[in-house]
Amino acid sequence: MPRSLSGRPRVSRIGRLLSTRRRHPLAAIAVLVAVLFTAGGAYAALAPSTSQNVQAASSTQIEEGRQLFAIGCSSCHGLNGEGQINANGDVLGPSLIGVGAASVDFQVGTGRMPLAAPSAQAVRKPVSYSQDQIDALSAFVASLAPGPAEPDEEYLDASQGDVARGGELFRTNCSQCHNTTGQGGALTMGQFAPNLTGVEPRHIYEAMLTGPQAMPVFNDATVTPEDKRDIIAFLDSVQNEPDPGGLAIGRAGPVAEGLWAWLVGIGLLIGMATWIVTRSSKA
Amino acid sequence: MSAIVNSAGKVVDFVDQRITASNWLKRNIRKVFPDHWSFLLGEIALFSFIMILLSGVFLTLWFKPTMAHVVYEGAYLPMRGVGMSEAYSSTLEISFEVRGGLLMRQVHHWGALIFVAAMSAHMLRVFFTGAFRKPREINWLIGVVLLVLAVAAGFTGYSLPDDLLSGTGLRIIEGGMLAIPIVGTYMSSFLFGGEYPGDDIIARLYPVHILLVPGLIIALVTAHLMILWYQKHTHWGGPGKTNNNVAGAPFFPIYVAKAGGFQFIVMGVIVLLAATIQINPVWLWGPYDPSVVSAGTQPDWYVGFLDGALRVMPAWEFYIFDHPVSMSVLIPAILLPGIILTPLALYPWLEQKATGDTREHHLLDRPRNVPVRTGIGVAFIVFYVLLWIAGGNDFFATILEIPVNWITWFIRIGIFVLPPLAFIMTKRICMGLQRRDRDKVMHGRETGIVMVSPDGEFSELHAPLSQAQAYQLTWHERQLPSDPGPATDANGIPNPNYRAKRAQARLSRFYFGDVVQKPTVQELEAAHHDGHGGSDSARDELPSGQQ
Repeated sequence: MPRSLSGRPRVSRIGRLLSTRRRHPLAAIAVLVAVLFTAGGAYAALAPSTSQNVQAASSTQIEEGRQLFAIGCSSCHGLNGEGQINANGDVLGPSLIGVGAASVDFQVGTGRMPLAAPSAQAVRKPVSYSQDQIDALSAFVASLAPGPAEPDEEYLDASQGDVARGGELFRTNCSQCHNTTGQGGALTMGQFAPNLTGVEPRHIYEAMLTGPQAMPVFNDATVTPEDKRDIIAFLDSVQNEPDPGGLAIGRAGPVAEGLWAWLVGIGLLIGMATWIVTRSSKA
Repeated sequence: MSAIVNSAGKVVDFVDQRITASNWLKRNIRKVFPDHWSFLLGEIALFSFIMILLSGVFLTLWFKPTMAHVVYEGAYLPMRGVGMSEAYSSTLEISFEVRGGLLMRQVHHWGALIFVAAMSAHMLRVFFTGAFRKPREINWLIGVVLLVLAVAAGFTGYSLPDDLLSGTGLRIIEGGMLAIPIVGTYMSSFLFGGEYPGDDIIARLYPVHILLVPGLIIALVTAHLMILWYQKHTHWGGPGKTNNNVAGAPFFPIYVAKAGGFQFIVMGVIVLLAATIQINPVWLWGPYDPSVVSAGTQPDWYVGFLDGALRVMPAWEFYIFDHPVSMSVLIPAILLPGIILTPLALYPWLEQKATGDTREHHLLDRPRNVPVRTGIGVAFIVFYVLLWIAGGNDFFATILEIPVNWITWFIRIGIFVLPPLAFIMTKRICMGLQRRDRDKVMHGRETGIVMVSPDGEFSELHAPLSQAQAYQLTWHERQLPSDPGPATDANGIPNPNYRAKRAQARLSRFYFGDVVQKPTVQELEAAHHDGHGGSDSARDELPSGQQ
């Protein structure tokens, strides 16, 4: 054992405290708490998570969010976001622990939450909260447990994305449900992939990140933030693209074209045929 | 001026004296064509086909029918740097770089949709008016083949640009082939030159689309028109219009002017559509990639019913000696077209069996006067439209905001329930119309003048029809159900043909048993003797109306 110049054992006060109090009734609990904090801290630091800004929220914002949550969300999601299941086993609201700020920002920011009524799927509608309130709600839910955070602005800038690459990524990953131009489409049992025209880039990003409703999660490992930006750039390009062929008729493809061919094309031509036979044919 | 006319006359005279064509010409140039809007549906098809040929020739000058891989570097910026086939990149080139290319593509595609639609409408007209009856069965058959060829032309064309929609369509064709037991896999391998999609299919579909199918269509259209010319056109009956004549305007100059004018109208409407409404924007669909199937993928309307049948067919597959038999694909994709086309092609003979009538018919039927045929036609339309809706089930689910599963079940049940219902309703409506015609002929039309008799009885005054009006309602033939006759003759000898006759009589009764017959001469005279047009006649209206 190393000794100090004075010859007395070099045991710090803390060390003495630890050694003298190690049989204290609360010692085991203290050790447990310390180990858990160490492990949890190491996990938070090392895990490939997107929870950078959990600490960014101020405690007043979290408190404000908690109050808003208690008023507007807790009837389904529970006072602490733990979710609720009624006596029949139906999920009134899923647990929000770990869904992260991105999920709240998407669901509330697109008006999907609060839900107007239970249905196959939440629909986009006018937003009920101000952006400050949404941020507070996000901060509160993010404070419950780490989860996907809201995206950085640099990945939302369509002008920095590669449209052609985004188109390929979109066709490969998204068009199965959302259609090649993001017009959306039907899924089973009343669910649907919504039309993406006019959706904010941050909401597109957050949807990919959190996989709301029937949508799968495209996390940053499968579709990187740069890929997501390319997809945003493609959607921005395709919805702002003029239709060189004339009326777009919903860009919905052959069903709409067939309806037009019959109703307008054949309709007009039969009208013309009727007109031409009523012209006098006295020779 | 007169000098020019004289010398022109001399030239014509010179030719005529040597070829003696003037008789032939005179006969054909004065050929009479009857006028009715429904007789122009076939012309819409013909003129749109000409438009398709013209625009198609334009497109061949730039289209490259090859699946060779290229990286796009053309004018459409959002696709720059994307790998694709030359077929697709040349379609983009036509759309964005060739002057007038996009317009021509759209003319070609709208023309194709109108072409098949006009053919279908023409066919329905021929069906509902009985124009397919003897001697026109061959032309009916040619028409059925033409419709199939038109769908083939359309589908091969839809597949050529090698975009995401067309590739997905081909994938479904491949799936249909694979479902054919034993030979399916071989057929698919032969068609695609190996594993799907291979790199041959575009080059193989191209000659089919621009040479083989259009060549056959031109040949059959020529035959169709020559037979029409030879057999003369059918027409509606009326005063002076009988089964033995054709009443209308001469081909030259009236009909030439009308048909020529109508040709320009048809072409104008197609170009108007093409110039103002975007069709098949392939640049938005992206190049074909077998791993991608986009939501909202549909075929053009004329293949929609097959796609619909595939979509609503329940999963059903079993194994024979470890070989899967996919009934869920085999039935809707392979058997259904046969189930539809066979009766369609053979219908003239089926009806001939019912009527037992081998005479020639040049007068058309008013649809109400053959209620069963009209009912069958409407039932088929309902069947077809249901499959159409099924083909766009996702589209309608989105538009109507209902679950797509509801549509599937609605179609699955409706396809068996609604066509018979439509048949019964149509037949009843036809009979109601016939009954009204009969009433009109016997008692005249309602004037709306209500009289009060001295007894206080209210009755409506009926005005008799004019001779011509009455004739319009009664020129059709009386078609009575046939009678098989006794099974045995007076001496108790069984009739050897009785079974066949009885079967024929059953079919005949199905067709004509419920027809409301036009009044006989006696009935008509009896009705007129009741002081027709006076207030007394009103009492007679009720029984005849209710019978």
